[in-house]
Amino acid sequence: MSGNEAVASGAYAAGVRVAAAYPGTPSTEILEELAKYGDIYCEWSPNEKVALEVAIGSCLGGARSLAAMKHVGLNVAADPWMTLPLIGVNAGFVLVVADDPGMHSSQNEQDSRYYARMAKVPLLEPADSQEAHDMVADAFALSERYDTPVMLRLETRISHSRTVVEHREERMKIDLPYERDAVKRVMIPGHARLRHPIVIERLADLEREAESFRFNRMELKSSRVGIVTSGVCYQYAREAFPEASILKLGFIYPMPEKLIREFASHFHRLFIVEGLEPYLEEGLKALGLDVVGKSRIPREGELNPTVVGESLSELIEMDTGVQGGGWSRPWHETEAGMEWQLPGRPPVMCPGCPHRGLFYALGRCKAIPASDIGCYTLSVLPPLEGIDCQVCMGASVGMALGLERAFASSGVNRAKAGSVVGVLGDSTFIHGGITGLIDMVYNRTLSTIIILDNRTTAMTGFQDHPGTGRTIMGEETRALDLEELAKAIGVDSVRVIDPWDLTETEKVIREEVGAPHTSVIISRRPCVLLERAARDYYEVDADLCNACGRCLRLGCPAIVMRGESAFVDSELCAGCSICFQLCRQEALRKVTPDG
Amino acid sequence: MADVILAGVGGQGCVLSARIAAETALSMGYDVKTSEVHGMAQRGGSVVCMVRWSEEVHSPLISSGSADFILAFELLEGLRYVEYVSREGTAIVNNYRLDPLPVLSGDEAYPEDTLENIHSVIPRMLVVEARELAVEAGNARAAGSVLLGALSSFLDFPADVWEESILCLVPGKAREVNRAAFMLGRKTSARM
Repeated sequence: MSGNEAVASGAYAAGVRVAAAYPGTPSTEILEELAKYGDIYCEWSPNEKVALEVAIGSCLGGARSLAAMKHVGLNVAADPWMTLPLIGVNAGFVLVVADDPGMHSSQNEQDSRYYARMAKVPLLEPADSQEAHDMVADAFALSERYDTPVMLRLETRISHSRTVVEHREERMKIDLPYERDAVKRVMIPGHARLRHPIVIERLADLEREAESFRFNRMELKSSRVGIVTSGVCYQYAREAFPEASILKLGFIYPMPEKLIREFASHFHRLFIVEGLEPYLEEGLKALGLDVVGKSRIPREGELNPTVVGESLSELIEMDTGVQGGGWSRPWHETEAGMEWQLPGRPPVMCPGCPHRGLFYALGRCKAIPASDIGCYTLSVLPPLEGIDCQVCMGASVGMALGLERAFASSGVNRAKAGSVVGVLGDSTFIHGGITGLIDMVYNRTLSTIIILDNRTTAMTGFQDHPGTGRTIMGEETRALDLEELAKAIGVDSVRVIDPWDLTETEKVIREEVGAPHTSVIISRRPCVLLERAARDYYEVDADLCNACGRCLRLGCPAIVMRGESAFVDSELCAGCSICFQLCRQEALRKVTPDG
Repeated sequence: MADVILAGVGGQGCVLSARIAAETALSMGYDVKTSEVHGMAQRGGSVVCMVRWSEEVHSPLISSGSADFILAFELLEGLRYVEYVSREGTAIVNNYRLDPLPVLSGDEAYPEDTLENIHSVIPRMLVVEARELAVEAGNARAAGSVLLGALSSFLDFPADVWEESILCLVPGKAREVNRAAFMLGRKTSARM
């Protein structure tokens, strides 16, 4: 099973009754798997803050509860996260956070371990799917024993690696009574001052737990090389240096000081193998230990056995006298013959993607688009080059407002005022854009917001959200009406367009961006991947095509230039007709497949 | 034991093929680890999955230059990840080209001699017309199973264990097509 499936399976066995999340790679499948059991209340929350709050409520209500999110999601949820430890729990509370070193599918590679330390919350980190499964049960037990939330940290190579798991079948039954306890659960300053010392005191007890945690493991082999590591980095270290002694930690906040000192006593210095920030390294240095960490191991990007080997082999060779420290350089680094330059293959918007027409039209309108995060962010690449700036989900609304204000009050940028748009997805608008839109109306800003409503959360794999009318449990529900919402907020003009209609799309954008009022354009067309029915496709009449290249400006993977004319791959084409609308030679024609 | 790299383009089915290979090795009693690619990279981008089996596997990621096999779903991607393969390893390459966006837009050229370059560093190379064979089996999307079939001929796992994994992991109507595609792939290695 994948690490995410293992977490879900462990949570089921631990008797979790409520689980909430907002989808985000690499954490998404945790909730999808939990929802399959059918007898756990699971929800896609509008965002991670709400997900965390739902789980807080349910844990106080006596149900073991789990919230799952990706690393940047915890930024959104940081507010309740930082006060929850003061309140503590009733039934157990576990937060699962999945980091993404190397940014396979993220906008940053922040290290969530510091969120546990900052909140003074115990932090467990599994090294494979089996540990992920088993640690969930340990986390809930710790949570209830010490009246604290517990954080379980995954990363991409735990979440999306599949390793063998023996899983517990029987399900625990945890159902605790709810009793009012306002001094503990209402954090007015007077109460919080009483609670904070308790949080600090329990850290000593938690450190004792850390000392004897079953997933810490000391593997004593070489007497000259001692490595301290945790999580999947343990696997990389073990692979790169099979003869090294390793202290593999599973409980990393608070850290087991005695265990670390005992291990350290065998070596004149320690190597710390960890990805991203020097979290373990700082902890060991605070103990006064002589360690080598980020001076050798990269602080950015993803580790793997090769990077670990490359980083430490020289020093380990010095300590052991063994060539390369027992690690050998890959052949392609020492031999000639690998010097070819290859074109990159960045991810692209799919053929038929509804975002393509919208961004083509935006480009024609010379708009200055602030964006947020979704498939449409891919429009930044040539040839569309569709967005100017992007930070996090929902941010495009506030950023559009700010850009507009800066331009309006500027000498050099004055001409750009009135051309700012904020673009964001349906799911991310609900996640983090609504309050920004209220700000625009409240502070009378004349920008235009475009909601790219493709009726799903596409990038993470087509999850439902409050606008789709369906829950993660597959139930029909009331769908959020974006038009009515925008009107209720007080937006002056709300228009709906079909981005497959280029002429209308461009016309509406020009009208609304130029108009002296706050406007919302809803660009509505379901994600082309949602239905895989047989579709019309287009083909090029090579005699009519003059190879002008206009259709290539769409960046559609289905269109290539072959010799003297364009060619449409009928298997890839989704029949959106945008190339047809662009072609001045009328060289494209629609084909309707039989049946 | 074996370390296998599957390299291709998002949407070609690398993830599913990796799972089928992993399931098969698991059925044979090995410890198995895989690493997959999800999320943004799947949108037509370069995709690499890894499958490892042995008595005991540590890292889910394969060390550079040490893989026993690469299944290249596409020529350029095969060349891109060939450095993961051991010089004594085997390259199983789908003779199929998919132009990436920088090539489509005319900004960069598709390398002409991908097969020759792969062969120049990995002498054991099997070129498979996986797409054509998949069409023969009933669907071009089953090319991954053709490549798995070719891989299977280098391993000593019984064909029925592979078929079991395919039937278990491939959804619905595509099962039989993928099984047929697998068998066609299994026969191709004779041409090496």
